[in-house]
Order: sequence, then C-alpha cells, then structure tokens
Amino acid sequence: MIGSLLSNAGVWMPLAWLFVLVVTWAIVYYIRSRGEARYHKDTEQVRPFLAGHPETSKAAMHVRASNEYWGFMEALKGYYHPLIKGHTGNLNDYICWFTCILAIVLVLVISVGV
Amino acid sequence: MSAIESLRLHSPALIIAIPLLTAFIIPLLSKIIGPKARNGFVVAVLTGVLALVLLLAHDVITGGTRTYVLGGSTPLLTLPSGYQVPVRIMFVIDAMGVFMGIMCGVIALVAAIYSCMETYEGLYKFYTLLLLVTTGIFGLVFTGDLFNLFVFFEILSIASCGLVAFKIDSPMSMEGGFKYMVISDIGGLSLLVMIGLLYGQYDALNIGMLANRMDYGMIDIIALGLIVTALLMKSGSVPMHMWTPDAYGETPSSVTIMIVGASLSSLYALFRICFTLYGGFIGINVAGWIIVILALISILVGVTMAIPQTDFKRLIGYAAVAEIGFILLGLGAGLASLSGNSVDAYGIKAMEGSIFHIFNDALDIGLLFFVAAVVSYATGQRNLNNLCGLGRKMKYTTFLFIIGLAAVAGLPPMNGFASKFLIYESVFHLNPILAIIGILGSIMMLAIFVKAFSGAFLGPPVPELETYKKVPRSMLFAMSIVVAIIVFFGLFPDLIVDNLAHPAAQALVNHSEYISHAIRIGGV
Repeated sequence: MIGSLLSNAGVWMPLAWLFVLVVTWAIVYYIRSRGEARYHKDTEQVRPFLAGHPETSKAAMHVRASNEYWGFMEALKGYYHPLIKGHTGNLNDYICWFTCILAIVLVLVISVGV
Repeated sequence: MSAIESLRLHSPALIIAIPLLTAFIIPLLSKIIGPKARNGFVVAVLTGVLALVLLLAHDVITGGTRTYVLGGSTPLLTLPSGYQVPVRIMFVIDAMGVFMGIMCGVIALVAAIYSCMETYEGLYKFYTLLLLVTTGIFGLVFTGDLFNLFVFFEILSIASCGLVAFKIDSPMSMEGGFKYMVISDIGGLSLLVMIGLLYGQYDALNIGMLANRMDYGMIDIIALGLIVTALLMKSGSVPMHMWTPDAYGETPSSVTIMIVGASLSSLYALFRICFTLYGGFIGINVAGWIIVILALISILVGVTMAIPQTDFKRLIGYAAVAEIGFILLGLGAGLASLSGNSVDAYGIKAMEGSIFHIFNDALDIGLLFFVAAVVSYATGQRNLNNLCGLGRKMKYTTFLFIIGLAAVAGLPPMNGFASKFLIYESVFHLNPILAIIGILGSIMMLAIFVKAFSGAFLGPPVPELETYKKVPRSMLFAMSIVVAIIVFFGLFPDLIVDNLAHPAAQALVNHSEYISHAIRIGGV
C-alpha cells in the first residue's frame, strides 16, 4: 500500500493514521456542537472570578519562556550546574574536547584493530 | 547525441560547474541587471541545477553507480590503458551521493528564495558565498577522490565561514565566524593529514583504489581515528558540539539551513569513509559503538541544553545537536552490525532511517530557523522572554512553526516520525536502551519547542509588540515549500525510503561495487 513504511518489526501507515485523526476530529467537533448553547463569547459570563480580587492584566499573567520548566531545572540542578559550566564559549575548551575524544577514539580503535 | 542525453552524460560536472561559475558572475551581474533580476537569476540557476540533480538521480537509481572523469578522451574512461591507478579528477556518484545531492539542491533553492528579502549591504557577496557553499556540498558528495574531497571540504568551510560572519557589524557574528573557522580548519587539517598518511602508504588518492589496496595497518587505523573524530566535531557531535549554537545562532537566518547542510555533508564524508574506505576493517564495529555512545550523549546533552535557552536561534541550535545524535545513532548501529559486505536486516533499516533523517533534519531544523528569522524580522526580537502572543497576529507563521515543531519532535504523521520510527525499531534489536534513550530525546525535543511555542506564540498581545513589520512573501513562500516537502515526506515515507534511502544504504554497505566502478580496468 502506498504510504506504508515497513521496518523489520512493524509497519507505519501515515494515511491510515491521518484517516483516524480526521474521524476523531469529526466526532470531537460533533460533541462540541452539542454543547452549552447559552455560552456567549466576550461577555460578562466568561470573566474569571478571583475571590473578589481584580483580574491582573493578561500580559502580566503570561508565563515567560525562562520560567517554563523551572521545576524541571531545579530538580536537575546537580546535572545542569556542571553542564552549563562546561559550556564556556571558550574556543580553547572546544579544542581541548577534540583532543580528549581523539585520544580516546585512537586508543579504542588501535587496541581492537592491531 | 540529443541535448537531454548530453545533459545526462555531463550532469555530474555541470551540477558543480554551474553554481561555481554563477558565484563569480554574480558580483558583476549585480551591477548590470540590478538586485531584483539578480535574485531571480540565482533562483533560476539553482532551479536548473536541481533539475540536473534529479536527472542524475534518476540515472543512478535506475542504472547504478555513475563515474565521470575530467580530462580524459571520454568522461566515462576511468582508467586508460596502461595505467595502474586512476589519476584524473573523478566523480563517482552512487545512490548515497545523489541522495545528498538532492538534499543540497533543495535546501540551496529554498535558501535562495528566502534570501530575496535580505537587505544586507553587499548582498551580491552573500549570493556568491551561498553558491560556493552549494558547490562545496555538491563536490564533496560526488567526488571519488580523497584529495578533491579535501578541496571541496575547504571550499565549503571557507564559504560557510564567510556566511556565518556575514554581519560584520555584529561582534557575536564575528565570534561565531572565528569559531567556525577554527573548527573547520581542524577538520580540514585532520583530513589532509589522513590523506597524507594514506597516500604515503598506497600511492593513491582515489577512494576506490585506496579501499582496494588497504590492508588496515597501524597507520590506516590512526588515519581512521583522526578523521572520524574530526568529522564528528564538524558535524556537531557532543562533546565537540559547542560551536554549533555559536555559529547557527549568528548566521543570517536565510542561509542557516545551508550551514546545517554543511554539517550534514560532513556526516556524509563520515559515512563514506567508514563504509567505503574502511568497510573491510575488523575494528569498524568498535568505531560504530563509539559513534553510538556519542550519539546518545549528543541526544541527551542537545535536548537538555536547549531547555534553559532563551535565545530563539540558540535553542534551535542545541536541538540541531540532538538531531545529529539521531542520525549518528542509525549510522553507529549500521557500523556496529557491519560484517564484510553485508549488514544484518536491522542494521540496514537503521541506516535507512539515519539517511532519511539527514534530509528530514535539514528540512525541519531549516524550517525552524526560518520561522525564528521571520519572528526576528517582524518584531526585532529573538529573546523568547520578550516575545508573547505572536500567534494572534502572525497566524501563518504560527501554523508553519507548529508543522516544524511536530516534524522535529517526531510527531506522526510528519517526516521526522517516519525516520525515527526506522531508527528506534532497528536499534532496539541492537540494545533496547538505545531506543529508550532515543524516544526520551524525542519527548524532550517536543518539550523544548512547546516552550518556544508557548513563550513566543501563545498568550495575550503585549503593547511592546503592537507594531511589527509585515513579513515578505518570499520568506513565506520559501517556508511553504519546506512545509510541503515535510508533509509529503511524512505522508509518503515509503517513496523516499524505497527509492532513495534504501539504495543509498545498500550502496554504502556494498562497497565492492563502488570500488569496481572507480577502478574499472581499461576504461569505459
């Protein structure tokens, strides 16, 4: 079948997947269309109620990129600290890494090949 | 001989000569016909070159490996009577070569279309460098001679360096260019030392002849270690990857896709040297495992380093490091299962996935760099912390970013999923841990671009981004072409794998066929 990709362990059929996606979307759309008819966009009924406090501006509430995954990075601080420290931006370090890897590769390849 | 037959015969030389000559004509032409006509001319030339590449690809896929010799009485005469060694400049184009050629032709054309909006001073130099990079990649993937490989590698590196440092008024750009130059020079010098060692041993520079004569002694093994390490660094493998965000981040965005292509052509050289030149070496499996380990580290370090980035282009630069890891994973798995002239079924599938992923990487990462450039062009910002709510105003760009995000993270039904599917299912049989780490890398890749999407495109409109520049149509058109190819590759992956990636993998594994074409005794 056109579009089917065979690996040695399975098959990937993107067109079949796409068909399932379209059918799923149609079902979801149908369920949505049967939803609450009294909903009116941009009216008082959609404003959030924050225990009587005034709503903060939406721009101020937006989570900026550097705050995302803060918890992930905090939990992996022990991993990130040396990793970021190692990325010095210094060209000498780049060459140092090359030399180290070259030495390791040579030792391994020579020990097997000769 | 008809014109088409003549074009077919001379296509290997024309594909390299046309962009090379155009590169030097462009400065003159710019002064005569003006910038708009010049831009159109470059796009027309690259369209013609792509057509020639497709013609050659058809020839190679249907008729087998092609050779083309410069300076002989006929371009098919590889070894004139009485000669023991092929001495002329020779192109040996197999399925792997044309696969890379098609990739180069596509990304060069897209980059040229996208570049039509660039407003840099001295844009004719920009096009000259772009065409020289294109020439370098074509030459590198077509040549059958190690010294010419070095020459094209240098053309590619010098022109790429010029592009990275093109914004000469930016200190960061100059720094990125300097780092790129040093890294490329180390790669080039390592290649030259390797060539010297092999030439001293075997009196030959032709890849096929060298492979035929090689006895895998100590000098050959040292040459292998040297060049594998240098090419891994040039392609951006961890821990020698640190130059990639520096260089990718500062290159003019319209041609970052070409710098990515230059890194991928280094991977091609790695494929060619490991399989064709050292395919019979007993220790090549160890080299395969070394590459697998570096691939896994590249995936993990690439994705985890991308997470804290706030600069849009540096974030994509680290993601590109992880993508190189996925390609190396398939390559390493293929090498680890190589035995003489054959690889087991899973090794072949891993290589097919890896080769397919080369093209996908160029398209997906290239598209994301294009989007980052559009955002930077429209808002003047590339710091994700300063961006917000762009999805409300830049709807089409947002849509394109979602496609790029899905493709690079390997979400079905995009192209990235198809190639990663082949890699994961194959390396699982080598060791399940490899597939697990790969899938973890894909999930984290999605997390990275969800962060970028959420930071830049979601949220309310903010006052400081109320005014933004209208995005030129050439930018949107170039990105649309890339998206169309991504979707096509995603929906019909079998067409690419069966007709291009599988023959390419077979051509690499069956290196004796390459050798026999290169040193065909007596000529035609």
